[in-house]
Amino acid sequence: MYCCRLGAEWLRSKRPSGKGSPGAGQQRAGVSQCMPRWPRRPKASWPGSAIVWPAELGQELLKWNGWGYNDSKFIFNKKGQAEFTGKRYRLGGMVLPTFKEWIEKTFGASLEHKTTSRASLNVNDVPPPIVNEEFLQDLRATKISYSQDAEDRVFRAHGHCLHEIFVLREGMFKRIPDIVVWPVCHEDVVKIVELACKHNLCIIPFGGGTSVSSALECPEEEKRMIISLDTSQMNRILWIDEKNLTACVEAGIVGQDLEKQLAESGFCTGHEPDSMEFSSLGGWVATRASGMKKNIYGNIEDLVIHIKMVTPRGIVEKNCQVPRMSTGPDIHHFIMGSEGTLGVVTEVTIKIRPVPEYQKYGSVVFPNFERGVACLREVAKQRCAPASIRLVDNAQFQFGHALKPQVASIFTSFLDGLKKFYITKFKGFDPNILCVATLLFEGDREKVLQHEKQVYDIATKFGGLAAGEDNGQRGYMLTFVIAYLRDLGLDYYVIGESFETSVPWDRVLDLCRNVKERIVRECKEKGVQFAPLSTCRVTQTYDAGACVYFYFAFNYRGISDPIHVYEQIERAAREEILANGGSLSHHHGVGKLRKRWMKESISDVGLGMLRSVKEYVDPNNIFGNKNLL
Amino acid sequence: MKCYTPVIYKGLSPCKPNAIKSAVLQSEQVQYVIKQLAKEMGESPDIIQEEAMEILDEMGHRMQLGAVRFFAFTLSKIFKQLFQRVCVNEEGMQRLQHAIQEHPVVLLPSHRSYVDFLMLSYLLYTYDLALPVIAAGIDFLGMKIVGELLRRAGAFFMRRSFGGNRLYWAVFAEYVKTMLRSGYAPIEFFLEGTRSRTAKTLTPKFGLLSIVMEPFFKREVFDTYLVPISISYERILEESLYAYELLGVPKPKESTSGLLKARRILSDNFGTIHIYVGQPVSLRTLASGRISRCPYNLVPRHLPQKPSEDIQEFVSDVAYKMELLQIENMVLSPWVLVAAVLLQNLPAMEFELLIEKTLWLKGLTQTFGGFIEWPDNLCAKKAVLSGLTLHSNIAGLVDGHVVLNDKGVEDGAVGEIVFRHALAVLMCATYRNQLLNVFVRPALVAVALQMAPSFRKEEVYSCFNFLRDVFSDEFIFFPGISLKDFEEGCFLLTKCDAIQTSQQEIYPTDKGSGTVSFLSAMFRPFVEGYQLIFRYLSKEMKEAFTEKQFIPAVRNFVFQLLEKGSTQCYEALSSDMQKNALSALVQLGAVKKKKTPNGFTYNVNQEAVGKILDMFDARIPVQKPVAARL
Repeated sequence: MYCCRLGAEWLRSKRPSGKGSPGAGQQRAGVSQCMPRWPRRPKASWPGSAIVWPAELGQELLKWNGWGYNDSKFIFNKKGQAEFTGKRYRLGGMVLPTFKEWIEKTFGASLEHKTTSRASLNVNDVPPPIVNEEFLQDLRATKISYSQDAEDRVFRAHGHCLHEIFVLREGMFKRIPDIVVWPVCHEDVVKIVELACKHNLCIIPFGGGTSVSSALECPEEEKRMIISLDTSQMNRILWIDEKNLTACVEAGIVGQDLEKQLAESGFCTGHEPDSMEFSSLGGWVATRASGMKKNIYGNIEDLVIHIKMVTPRGIVEKNCQVPRMSTGPDIHHFIMGSEGTLGVVTEVTIKIRPVPEYQKYGSVVFPNFERGVACLREVAKQRCAPASIRLVDNAQFQFGHALKPQVASIFTSFLDGLKKFYITKFKGFDPNILCVATLLFEGDREKVLQHEKQVYDIATKFGGLAAGEDNGQRGYMLTFVIAYLRDLGLDYYVIGESFETSVPWDRVLDLCRNVKERIVRECKEKGVQFAPLSTCRVTQTYDAGACVYFYFAFNYRGISDPIHVYEQIERAAREEILANGGSLSHHHGVGKLRKRWMKESISDVGLGMLRSVKEYVDPNNIFGNKNLL
Repeated sequence: MKCYTPVIYKGLSPCKPNAIKSAVLQSEQVQYVIKQLAKEMGESPDIIQEEAMEILDEMGHRMQLGAVRFFAFTLSKIFKQLFQRVCVNEEGMQRLQHAIQEHPVVLLPSHRSYVDFLMLSYLLYTYDLALPVIAAGIDFLGMKIVGELLRRAGAFFMRRSFGGNRLYWAVFAEYVKTMLRSGYAPIEFFLEGTRSRTAKTLTPKFGLLSIVMEPFFKREVFDTYLVPISISYERILEESLYAYELLGVPKPKESTSGLLKARRILSDNFGTIHIYVGQPVSLRTLASGRISRCPYNLVPRHLPQKPSEDIQEFVSDVAYKMELLQIENMVLSPWVLVAAVLLQNLPAMEFELLIEKTLWLKGLTQTFGGFIEWPDNLCAKKAVLSGLTLHSNIAGLVDGHVVLNDKGVEDGAVGEIVFRHALAVLMCATYRNQLLNVFVRPALVAVALQMAPSFRKEEVYSCFNFLRDVFSDEFIFFPGISLKDFEEGCFLLTKCDAIQTSQQEIYPTDKGSGTVSFLSAMFRPFVEGYQLIFRYLSKEMKEAFTEKQFIPAVRNFVFQLLEKGSTQCYEALSSDMQKNALSALVQLGAVKKKKTPNGFTYNVNQEAVGKILDMFDARIPVQKPVAARL
């Protein structure tokens, strides 16, 4: 059994003088399994495919008003060329010569029109906390660390929806948590939930804070004290069972730490959502997360063996750790996707696998999107999908292309030119229609090569041409840096967001076309002056359908209320998805952003079933984040 | 030779007619039905597949540019012979051009003549627009050469009825949808289903409309544009043919020799054609918020599915909306006004008075939103005169009086006289009819005012509502908005000072009594005609009958009355009115319609018909209190 607590570093030199906290030294003196720690944000960075590690310690690492690490961002350098700063990502320190032109061409944006975010949080704007003194007294007695500091509270008042970031840059939330608590173990959580029940307070669990469904926003009308329960200090791997290939992990651990620590023992979970640098295991469970490599490792529901959750009624868990059981409806499925409305997930037993021996990227160019989708469908039919296979449409292909760093040698650029010539002139692909599938193979070297051949053979049948590892790798890099790009866009009047759905195979093409068209049309109707970027990729394949991911962004110069316009368009796009037979969400979840469609999605009775569970488990609505139902 | 490079739909994947045919045959939809039928009938799928192929061959078009050019050439010669002018709204053509590039387009012209679709194709060709594929009745195929030529000009053919034949339906529907989805060409068909013999818009048929709407419901296309097109003729080519047909002289079968005989009319003058291409209506906009998406999401899209009730209702609403748009945009010539005045002043009317009345009616029509083509600066006298010249076969000027032209009246038997006169009246009515749908709301209020026992609003409304129900097949009403129609009628009448309304009452003004009586006289032929027909049904039809038995019987009945001189309602001879009256009774529940192996039979509930008759006759007070909103 391992008991490691790597990476739980002190991230800030500045120690918040937590009002009413009984002094840090005193707390730390009480060393026990539940040693309270000063809480901070995620730590080291996940090496992943495109990322360099480790992170430096001892400072505030994350942006307060945007995505990701402070030191990583897109900027325009003195020459007016785009550049990605920092050393965490492969793209770090590189100049992207064509990016500026792309951004100007795509959005009609110009470097002269700039907006600037507030430099720092204005503490005076922050709503004053609601304080329940009796609770505070009880809490102090538990020696669980907490903070009522404004910055800590604001940091946990939001996820990463566009409107939330916009509020951070230019306004203030109407309601934020009143106190942040940092339990360090399951027992701490039990105590906090008990106290909240005793004093009738509201708890909102907080993991990595990467939600894109307004799930972390505090309901404005909540009059009770809101406790933000930050799980980040519950980040240990409790044990690893090599015989059964399982690991029991505290739910607050973030994805990259989990993989890093498992890697030390030669294992991995293989669960890699795009947010894995920052999102937590508990968050994955609570939202039914999906990982890029689900074709090999499965989605969260396939990975989870056992869950322990603390609810106002008590603790819910199964009595054994088995691969499957027939004991009525699976209680895990009440927990997975409950989005923090029922309780706090504290410990999860998850499947692990030996770290794969070999990884290989790849890419295939198709003459058009239709052929590409047909190829993916065939790959899914033959059940030979690689760890990841994604098909990006033409706009996204060009997007990825714009992020190509300056090439070092003349030879490479000559080679690129040659490739382009071959594809467009010799093979007759139209550069404004063609699309690209990116591939990631994983496993034994031999099997990977064999597998690769099989997939490329299928691709050839659909008119596909192998287009090299480099294109593939860049495609995956895009998903990690796209969130950083939004922050850059915000500086230049460009707002955007991504959203996703799942859809049966036969409707994939129609859905993609119609949703993109709807976005363009809605933009026009809502008075957006510039043509939007409206692009999609088929990002996961299943037997019966696919997961489709959209990016949507536009230049809002000339619009007085861009967020409102944005939200109207996003809603229209979701309506379109539903009308095309797509789901409300494949993996982002419902939160508060998509609640209005729940009834339609799961029927009245279905909603009633969920409600009755909520009523039994949490009759006083202690977990009152108002998500989902 | 003209350079013809039409703009095309942006999502078009170019393909040949044959490729479309094989795509249809191989489609999941058709294959599914073939397999189903094979299973049910115990036959091999190949045989049924062959059958499907035959259907497809019979139906399919073979659009070829050469044929189109040939057609365009001959048509331009013929049209120049027949018509003085063809007027088109240019901005409508431009809108259409945009629409064609954006989304699949469905053209929905009004149908008054065979010239309709020839003219429309010719027009689109002239304007360098994609030629439509046209759903035409299969009887055209009987015409040698011409049928083939039509086919090559883009017509595809449908059997008039194929209700029971699932294979035919599947193949046909898929053929239409494939052309729509691929954006191959605009699809054109007639909502009215057949040429209106009376120039009055017929109630819509829903089958084809629901087929072309389905790709949107299933989101196979982003949107579909429906384009209402109103084609009006100053003089309808088939006018006398129609009148004969309405009086029961059978319609000649379409044949090439018939067409050649029609050459005689080439020397005749048929005046001006007005084509108004309406604003393309986005189906997506119409459907927004109306359609539950569930039924389409839960069943594979290739399975044939009976449309749900709300879809059926939606299709019906759209159909009526399109027809109302056609009516709104229909250009009315001065002659239409003349005919309406003349019919109220038979047998003869002083010329000067006719001019005066026509001018008055022009103002009224414009108040009611009618779209009159009255050339600038043309004085009323000239307008009336030119109308009389063009329609000299219907009416003429004798000694300063305008009379109907019923040649041979003096020297015939009584029956012959009645028949001749009826012919003239029906032909004249064809022109007056073009006004009716514009006038129907205020006019039915006017009729109701005269029928109602008092001027109390709810009693007038009750009468209005009754008339609207009775005439639901005769005129075009948007379904289910009786109250709104009533309010609109009242509003229009108030606008022309014909009535005044108070909190509880509606009453005619002194000034407006002329208008009210004119309006009710305008619709009197229908009120009287329906009464005659109802009376016949309630007295004579004791046993079950078919429509084929009913029409000649009721015609004889009316004929005898006319001969005796006990009625003057010649229009009751019209088989159109007779059918409409019968179907109104079916809808009101006074006649039972039953399906038998030999078609439909009808059974009259004498008592119920009697009650309806009483509603016309007696000023009975309202039974039910009506909506408080009044």
